Amino acid sequence: MMNLESIPIQAFLIVSSALFCIGIWGLLNSRNAVRVLMSIELMLNAVNINLMAFSSYIDNNLIQGQVFTIFVITVAAAEAAVGLAILLSLYRNRVTVDMESFNLLKW
Amino acid sequence: MSIAITTQFICFTILSLVVLIGALGVVLLESIVYSAFLLGGVFMSVAGLYLLLNASFVAAAQVLVYVGAVNVLIIFAIMLVNKKEDLKPINDIKSRRIISTSICLTLLSLLIRVDLTNVWSLSSPKNSIGEESTIRIGEHLFSDYLLPFEVASVLLLMAMIGAIVLARRDVMNKDISTGLPVDQELIEKSPEPLLTNKN
Repeated sequence: MMNLESIPIQAFLIVSSALFCIGIWGLLNSRNAVRVLMSIELMLNAVNINLMAFSSYIDNNLIQGQVFTIFVITVAAAEAAVGLAILLSLYRNRVTVDMESFNLLKW
Repeated sequence: MSIAITTQFICFTILSLVVLIGALGVVLLESIVYSAFLLGGVFMSVAGLYLLLNASFVAAAQVLVYVGAVNVLIIFAIMLVNKKEDLKPINDIKSRRIISTSICLTLLSLLIRVDLTNVWSLSSPKNSIGEESTIRIGEHLFSDYLLPFEVASVLLLMAMIGAIVLARRDVMNKDISTGLPVDQELIEKSPEPLLTNKN
């Protein structure tokens, strides 16, 4: 066992990097619009882990990273609500959630 | 944090494994319902990671907002739009998969390289605020982060009104572009899509 005082910050950063890349992969490869929204939530969570790790290891007295995380959580909640409302109105007009069929802006 | 370092390592390993395997399940599983419940597990484990980082308030907010609100909202959306449909096959799906996977792996290797090679200027743990972080967050929110705090409340109000306006269905009884009457039946029953024959 390594003789350390605490978990190294790199461990948290690697976990958050991997989570972010999984989110990007899901965002690019999902056919279902709900899964795209889930991938966006995964990416926001990866950013939050990053902010929290830096706040705890680098700025551990002022913890401004935690305040930023609170704001990111707020924005993520607003984004989820609006995104799912858009999804519902898309579904009403197109009767599908397939991302490939939402191509009105394609040229 | 007053837990022994070995316990912290074990907790961190378990939590990060749950986060990563759960996230892979979210993007890879066939059934969208399983994905939604796995997403709840991922959010809970991320809250556990926050607890390991001495942030009890943010962990509680994560559980309340993500598991309690966002995940439930996603499950409701799945319930409303859950229709079995046969997806049209895409002809160049293989090259798309290869390109996106290689982009993600390249990005991952770059990020991990930055994580491991950069020399982080860590502050000493002895002036850490530790368990008092909730008090410090409150001080921040009502002094130097007061304006973002108020703007966030306005943003939440706007998102609420926007979601209501977008998701309500009985706004107009005529379609704006075609002039045809809009079908006001339940979503599950609506027979003909309005826009599918336009492409």
